[in-house]
Amino acid sequence: MSEMMTGAEMVVRALQDQGVEHIFGYPGGAVLPIYDALFHQDTIEHVLVRHEQGAVHAAEGYARSSGKVGVVLVTSGPGATNAVTGLTDALMDSVPLVCITGQVPTHLIGSDAFQECDTVGITRHCTKHNYLVKDIADLPRILHEAFYVAANGRPGPVVIDLPKDIQFKSGLYARPRDNQHKTYRPKVKGDMDKIRQAIELMAAAKKPVFYTGGGIINAGPHASELLRELVRLTGFPVTSTLMGLGAYPASDEQFLGMLGMHGTYEANLAMHGCDLLINIGARFDDRITGRLDAFSPHSRKIHVDIDPSSINKNVKVDLGIIGDCGHVLEDMVRLWRSMSPTVDKDALKSWWGQIGEWRARKCLAFRNSDSVIKPQFAIQRLYEASKRTGRDTFVTTEVGQHQMWAAQYFGFDAPNRWMTSGGLGTMGYGLPAAIGTQLAHRDGLVIDIAGEASILMNIQEMSTAVQYRLPVKIFILNNEYMGMVRQWQELLHGGRYSQSYSESLPDFVKLAEAYGAVGMRCDDPAKLDGAIEEMLAVDRPVIFDCLVDKAENCFPMIPSGKAHNEMLLNDYLGETGTDIGSVIDEKGKMLV
Amino acid sequence: MKTHYPDQTIVEAVNRHTLAVIVDNEPGVLARISGLFSGRGYNIESLTVSETQHETHVSRITIVTAGTAAVIEQIKAQLERLVPVHRVDDLTVRGEALERELCLVKVVGDGEHRVEALRLASAFGARTLDATLSSFVFELTGASEDIERFVKLMAGVGLVEVARTGIAAMTRGAGTLDG
Repeated sequence: MSEMMTGAEMVVRALQDQGVEHIFGYPGGAVLPIYDALFHQDTIEHVLVRHEQGAVHAAEGYARSSGKVGVVLVTSGPGATNAVTGLTDALMDSVPLVCITGQVPTHLIGSDAFQECDTVGITRHCTKHNYLVKDIADLPRILHEAFYVAANGRPGPVVIDLPKDIQFKSGLYARPRDNQHKTYRPKVKGDMDKIRQAIELMAAAKKPVFYTGGGIINAGPHASELLRELVRLTGFPVTSTLMGLGAYPASDEQFLGMLGMHGTYEANLAMHGCDLLINIGARFDDRITGRLDAFSPHSRKIHVDIDPSSINKNVKVDLGIIGDCGHVLEDMVRLWRSMSPTVDKDALKSWWGQIGEWRARKCLAFRNSDSVIKPQFAIQRLYEASKRTGRDTFVTTEVGQHQMWAAQYFGFDAPNRWMTSGGLGTMGYGLPAAIGTQLAHRDGLVIDIAGEASILMNIQEMSTAVQYRLPVKIFILNNEYMGMVRQWQELLHGGRYSQSYSESLPDFVKLAEAYGAVGMRCDDPAKLDGAIEEMLAVDRPVIFDCLVDKAENCFPMIPSGKAHNEMLLNDYLGETGTDIGSVIDEKGKMLV
Repeated sequence: MKTHYPDQTIVEAVNRHTLAVIVDNEPGVLARISGLFSGRGYNIESLTVSETQHETHVSRITIVTAGTAAVIEQIKAQLERLVPVHRVDDLTVRGEALERELCLVKVVGDGEHRVEALRLASAFGARTLDATLSSFVFELTGASEDIERFVKLMAGVGLVEVARTGIAAMTRGAGTLDG
């Protein structure tokens, strides 16, 4: 059953047919017909952001917290170029998005028209796929195909560049019977023979460890359930990447904490010492592996990933299984049950004994203070307070020290509750992502854990939060430094803090009030709990300026050019008196 | 150098591979593929493309590239990840593939050079496409090495211009790639 309508109307109809309830956008000349079509309907709520980068991050927060495809609508030229950082972020972290960009009319393309840019050219490298629509007859197919491509296989952002004349043209719209791409069919079922081999390797392992990542979150909550089941069945320890936090409950005894550059001592040493590494939905990122030629040197490696190009990209593995984590985990659980293999209980017991010794180092312990708020203490108290509310809690972050402290000290027991920019490391991600998350979960408690430098990168989105009555809580760990930059300058550049001091900061309390939100400040550890309680009780957006220790560094840390078993712990300086700058050699200083 | 990144000092053999990439012939597909090579730092020695199935708008791209075994595997996996790519076939792995290239050569000169140019062209089996009193344009189809030798010889007898197509390749035997 097809109907005549304009291209702009097709956009809105296709979004409705896809079940889209919220879109994030900013109007402009080249998308006016679509905004007019939006005006005539009330099933889709348009959220007006204050900068297009904010629109994309908000859609990312929405998508990551809900499992749906996030939708963005921006105009041509600067609208599209402002979206590029967000699109790149979504590509690196595998977030499903559809971004519709306006374009100048087809007859003006290439003429350097007002607000023209080569959007498909610019976004070719930062999208999973993109389209320039030159014929109204292609538009219905492309609109639906874009959702399929964004959500299937390894998810990612898809751009549809839509010239203004196509938005005005009339054509036939019919919802396609299926919105699949005509040839793109990612493999989701893992090869059974390989899964059987994986089970055999697991059964024979003496020192195994699960290394899990964001692929499990992307595979849906069911995959997290299956992971829990498999971990319980096998009795193996499990660690997670930054992107995978929440897939396995942080509070569980078998969880070793996050691994990698700022991961726990026990997780990284388990990776270093294991004889079988089972990577499910992670990609051997350089923040995880440290020095590659010393990465997990004694282990056989299994890698489950939906993206064939991830396998053997950074680390050569013994068994690569291409498939969706959910499907592969389901087969693994079923096979483990039916084969009921006899594991080496004594070996596992001594492996856990070894892990217990590493745990006893208490790598996340820190020297607290009663005169100044330690950032780690602040996150711990925020976590405890959020648990006391009994509310479903979602945390987003900006990028830097606060992000790592949040990952270390805030426990996540469920998937889709932790939204952070991992791959691209985008400062300014957290506030718009919190806005998108709060929109998807009106009753949830949404906290953006921020730094005073990062928050200023997309502070304009405060207006969005206030306009849509989104009671996001912005918890700033304010140390008056770009803390991670300062930490690296301390480690690598002789403590010459070039440009990393946060000069001329705004008064965050007054800033919140200027936006019509609530501002709070705390600098006393004794008063912190009360202030956090007060923040959580407010049903409006809050900026909480938490003044913390200016000199604190983020530990544990695997310095550049070092292996997992060469970590620095928090008490490093105190114990040895060594200048921390001397532990990284000249070659290590070349790295980031 | 011990680094955070893959160790560059491990020297592995670099091999030349010929890939056949079957793609939807849609706008931007070539830019996607060439952009992938430049963006990820892979080599392209030669690239040819043309629509091979007009009804279904399917093109066949032949790429000659070089890299270590691991890099070649990555190139194939990264190509296959592109949405409009149907499949990637490594003709080098499938066995000795037939590879042919077409080349046009213009020589200008007179006297003995002219006679020698014509004689060499005929020895290589090149066709004379154009002749004037002072010039020839020859066409030669063959393996890249033959063309290389032909061009080198022509340099001594008045070569002024060369145009080459890059390689088209196909496996031997009854098996096919298309579809």
